[in-house]
Amino acid sequence: MNIIKKVLGIVWLALGIAVGYYGLTILGIPKLTSGKQDDLVFGIIICFILLPIVVGGLLVFGKYALQGEYDLIEDNPEHAHFKE
Amino acid sequence: MNKTKGTSITSVISASSVGTMIEWYDFYIFGSLATVISTKFFPQDNPTAAFLSTLATFAAGFVVRPFGALFFGRLGDLIGRKYTFMVTLLLMGGATFLIGCIPSYETIGFMAPVLILLLRLLQGLALGGEYGGAATYVAEHSPNGKRGFMTAWIQTTATVGLFVSLLVIMGTRAALSAEDFDAWGWRVPFWVSILMVLVSYLIRKNMEESPVFAKAKASGKTSTNPLKESFGKKLNFKFVLLALFGAVMGQGVIWYTGQFYAMSFIEKTMSVDKEQVDSLMFIALMLGTPFFLVFGWLSDKIGRKWIMMAGMLIAIVSYRPIYENMYQTTNVANKVEVSSSNSMVNNVNTVTTVYTDSTVRKEIQKTNTETGAITTTVKLSINGSDKQKLILLVFIQVLFVTMVYGPIAAFLVEMFPTKIRYTSMSLPYHIGNGVFGGLLPAVATYLATNAKTSGKADWYLEGLWYPIGVAAVCLVIGVIYINGKDKEIND
Repeated sequence: MNIIKKVLGIVWLALGIAVGYYGLTILGIPKLTSGKQDDLVFGIIICFILLPIVVGGLLVFGKYALQGEYDLIEDNPEHAHFKE
Repeated sequence: MNKTKGTSITSVISASSVGTMIEWYDFYIFGSLATVISTKFFPQDNPTAAFLSTLATFAAGFVVRPFGALFFGRLGDLIGRKYTFMVTLLLMGGATFLIGCIPSYETIGFMAPVLILLLRLLQGLALGGEYGGAATYVAEHSPNGKRGFMTAWIQTTATVGLFVSLLVIMGTRAALSAEDFDAWGWRVPFWVSILMVLVSYLIRKNMEESPVFAKAKASGKTSTNPLKESFGKKLNFKFVLLALFGAVMGQGVIWYTGQFYAMSFIEKTMSVDKEQVDSLMFIALMLGTPFFLVFGWLSDKIGRKWIMMAGMLIAIVSYRPIYENMYQTTNVANKVEVSSSNSMVNNVNTVTTVYTDSTVRKEIQKTNTETGAITTTVKLSINGSDKQKLILLVFIQVLFVTMVYGPIAAFLVEMFPTKIRYTSMSLPYHIGNGVFGGLLPAVATYLATNAKTSGKADWYLEGLWYPIGVAAVCLVIGVIYINGKDKEIND
């Protein structure tokens, strides 16, 4: 299971990049440049709130997964609260 | 384990749930009265006011809630749960009451939309702090083995708050004439809030601090910098990310799909009459609400993880068939026409078509005398059998909501240590629900509109790809990375 968790880290990194690219080109930029007031607010939220959270979060999550940070809790003595 | 007497735990749950329910009530009445509010404060012919209106709708729900989670979460981990969630209650109640007191745009001009926007932002800030406090407070009073059931009462409050807001608004409308309601009656639901908040404040005032937090504080084990410990240290931050991507993100989109997207789909895509939509949603939500408690209780018996993951999986595979079924239920192309009549009054042409199953379709065409432009709206009055079928299909979606949302408070509380619990659980919750869930109507509408423009036959189902995609990623992360063992919270 630990190997699967690590390998999937690459998937989360790739997903973060893909969401960033398609989020900007399909959703964010067209909304920002449409010239409508409602679209402008929506575009700002997509580009400056949603995408940074999703992309940044997935990249960090993927990096942690790849580094083995999510190895089974029993195997991870660092986090005392999660000791069984 | 906390030894808490039955009566006192009942008081803890009641005081926390009523207060949180009132906060949801306050949050929802703004949305429910948005049309009236926009005519009073945000005239559409003024572009800046219209911009502020959109900002008030989006910003309070999406941007400010996570900030409220950070601000009040930090306070809750520093000075205590009880005082913090009393502050959020008063802040929300005060802001809501003041919204009901602001003079209209006609009276004070541009200050009116600015003040409304500021008060709406305060509402979002307060809501961001309330939920984590109430869930943590109840969980830290609950004995092991009952935490899921007891925190599930907090989980019912969002739905009950929606009920109460609709009831107060409907009651006020019924008690007043349409002119009085439009002139001043719409303010009443906002004023009512202050009474409910005061009662809730008095109940909460007499409650004790959470025993788990009090013990940590007495032994000097509280955090001096909860924000840094929650998000600045990899040791904890990785679990914040796991909570967001492995549980709350999927829960957020399923919650919004079942409670709000279903309603918008029936009203706007299927063109069903607004009053019928309100009543069928009301029945489906009322039938579904007890299941928050059922799944909270069940999570104490078989674990939180697999109930939430099962809810996500079933939702992912069944959303498209459910929505296809909903759409086809009232699709007049499947019905046999009995009669059709045409009437023309003041440039408004109405074509009324009656079908064998008693469905009535009205197509209303209004012609603008100045520009000559024609706008067409369709209203469908559905029969009893179709209404029952729609209630069942919405109820099934509410069941998915209760599966993912019922156990999640206990799940989040158990994920983080006492000293940073309020901060650490509040942020992923409000990002998952406010950002991922809150954006669902806008993103789904965008996807459906694009599909319709490009001539796709099942364009009305395209909006579902957003909740399905988000929930599918969340399901994979949750199944693989989350440890399914429920935790002791007295660390």
